[in-house]
Amino acid sequence: MKFADEFRDADLARALGARIAAESGDRHWKIMEVCGGHTHTIFKYGIEDLLPSNVELVHGPGCPVCVIPMGRLDDGIALARDPEVIFTCFGDLMRVPGANGSLLDAKADGADVRMVYSPLDALKLATQNPDRKVVFYAIGFETTAPSTALTLLHARAQGVKNFFVFCNHVTIIPPMKAILDSPDLRLDGFLGPGHVSSVVGIRPYEFVTNTYNKPVVVVGFEPLDILQGVHMVMRQILEGRCTVENQYKRVVHDDGNPKSLEVLGRVFALRPQFEWRGLGFISQSALKLRDEFAEYDAEKVFTVPGIRVADPKACQCGEVLKGVLKPWECKVFGTACTPETPIGTCMVSSEGACAAYYNFGRYSRSRDRERVLAGSAANGDRR
Amino acid sequence: MTDHPADSAPGHRESAGTPIQVADIEDAKPEAGSGAAIKAAIARIADPEQRVLARIAEMRKRKPSLRETAITMSHGAGGKASHTLVRALFADVLSNPALEELGDQAQLPVSGLDGARIAMSTDSFVVSPLFFPGGDIGELAVNGTVNDLAVGGAQPLGLSAAFILEEGLDVAVLRRVVESMRAAADRAGVSIVTGDTKVVPRGKADQLFVTTTGVGLVREPERLGIARIRPGDAVLLNAAIGDHGSTVMLARGDVDLEAEALRSDTRPLWGLVSTLLDAGVEVHFMRDATRGGVATVLNEIAQQAGLAVAIDEDSLPVHDEVRGVAEILGIEPLYIANEGVLVAIVAAADAERALELMRSLPEGAEAARIGEVREEPEGMVFIRTGFGGTRVVDMLIGDPLPRIC
Repeated sequence: MKFADEFRDADLARALGARIAAESGDRHWKIMEVCGGHTHTIFKYGIEDLLPSNVELVHGPGCPVCVIPMGRLDDGIALARDPEVIFTCFGDLMRVPGANGSLLDAKADGADVRMVYSPLDALKLATQNPDRKVVFYAIGFETTAPSTALTLLHARAQGVKNFFVFCNHVTIIPPMKAILDSPDLRLDGFLGPGHVSSVVGIRPYEFVTNTYNKPVVVVGFEPLDILQGVHMVMRQILEGRCTVENQYKRVVHDDGNPKSLEVLGRVFALRPQFEWRGLGFISQSALKLRDEFAEYDAEKVFTVPGIRVADPKACQCGEVLKGVLKPWECKVFGTACTPETPIGTCMVSSEGACAAYYNFGRYSRSRDRERVLAGSAANGDRR
Repeated sequence: MTDHPADSAPGHRESAGTPIQVADIEDAKPEAGSGAAIKAAIARIADPEQRVLARIAEMRKRKPSLRETAITMSHGAGGKASHTLVRALFADVLSNPALEELGDQAQLPVSGLDGARIAMSTDSFVVSPLFFPGGDIGELAVNGTVNDLAVGGAQPLGLSAAFILEEGLDVAVLRRVVESMRAAADRAGVSIVTGDTKVVPRGKADQLFVTTTGVGLVREPERLGIARIRPGDAVLLNAAIGDHGSTVMLARGDVDLEAEALRSDTRPLWGLVSTLLDAGVEVHFMRDATRGGVATVLNEIAQQAGLAVAIDEDSLPVHDEVRGVAEILGIEPLYIANEGVLVAIVAAADAERALELMRSLPEGAEAARIGEVREEPEGMVFIRTGFGGTRVVDMLIGDPLPRIC
């Protein structure tokens, strides 16, 4: 597959892994990948197998599904149960447990819940079903927010009156700051999010290097991108540099995408504060629809319960999101909380650190892995 | 069964009339997945991460219990939820030795057949749309049941077809489906010998649903079975994976993607199976990789056999169109449904010969050896990624949900 296979080359990966191992020396390295897409890639390709044991990847808060607090999900489920509503959302969200079941359960109960791949698909549903109210449950960072914004502009241009957005878009910088201010975490540097940066550019991360003195490398989502990003963070520290670097130049322009930023500015405004799962309320960390778009704003048009629900007591998603706990260190990991019966959001989305670790990572770095890897050497002469 | 030593071989089925002697279970081992078993499993492990992993491994062996109070779409997706439903409800309530094998087909001993057995299998089809590139619901319904019989080593003898029709269905559509069933049956060398029709009011079904049931003859019943799988066996596929599921997903129009070359792989597999068996290839087990994909079948094998399966990503046959669709939608070809792909577990010494035989047939042209069975770690499936790492391949959970960014 063109444009993908080039970035998955095993020989290059081995060479890069060896170089990282050689340069890592005796110290222990802790590098956080902020974005859930990176977490997914790391587990899907078994990247930790290629890193020496003294280089640790800490999985950050950038999984859009994982940071949705339970109350906001229950608000969505309440909307979905309105018989006039066709409720649309991305697929990952459907299995996230609310206080009383998930969207999938609401669907089984009769709610009209539909998975869409794009907010434009939700708008299309609205034009196809003029007698119904179509609500799109918008989630995601600056990566997905422009497509929601564009959809709203389309809806207004087409005069669609039965399309609404329940906005849960969040921004990447405030949670990074919250993590950097967290006293119980020691990180050497960051792998910055790739697709968010394609919108916002790399300059917004300068506070990380200037104020907190941690290097940031914006990286892509292919496995070689991530290995190279790890190496670039290490090089910065070993050479005494601390800057924001861009490894993902094939997609990310240093100044971002001015057109997307302009559309975001036209449609969204910052919320004074927003609740994050496990991280609590963070000021100016989320987007809401501007007043000009009030007629499309599900929060204004519908009555949403807006009840704040505390996270389940046993759930330690917050610590996992901050990178304080590894997934397996959570009290309920793999026992009460599994991908089929998740308690916390981190166990639901394939970008969640816990789900990724449970689905893909069990046994990596273990004695079993040695044995499984040993088999690949024998592949050449199977007979 | 202490008085019949020969009967204690694994995989032995009760012959009709032999009472099952529960008291024979003397082993005081704690029940799999119980608190005591978990304690025993982690007692000697010092590393905290390994303790957590050992606890999970033990819990995975636990008999599944159905927690949901209503059926969700996940129960039909062929993955973990489907398994739980089958084991915790159907197999639990209907419990009998033939059913407990949970095979693609049940095998019933009949006296006077010279040791041969009757195989029986049934499958319902609710695919939407009814027609898609490479096939339609009728062709699927015939091939699906033929293949469920075939992978048990059963030659299909006859099929039944039961239709649920929605009021208002265009007769021309029904005719097209039935003609397609006729053609598929002819191709598979079997006849549809009986049937049933019900009509439900408009809106109570989606155009038409069809259920086929098949009866087949297994000449050598002892030849295939999960219990025959041994560490070192080779894992083979007859064809590229993911074609059917990708095709239907695109044909449904939910996603604005087009892949002109993409076709469902629906086809009968008895010809391929009988070629292997007739040539005396030491096949130990076969299963049809339909819903839940190859990943789910490999997990069933690993768990039921109490062995591990290790596969190589680079050796998996996947068409570029499927790779592209999977890449864009964030799903794994290993979990996508097939309608003409079987997983064959074959003695390593016979693997290359089996591949040659498969490749001599159109339905086996892209046959590949994708990995091997291993002794440990029990019940697990691994993939060695093309990138040089490893990861666990678990059963499908929920519907294949796409990643959002």
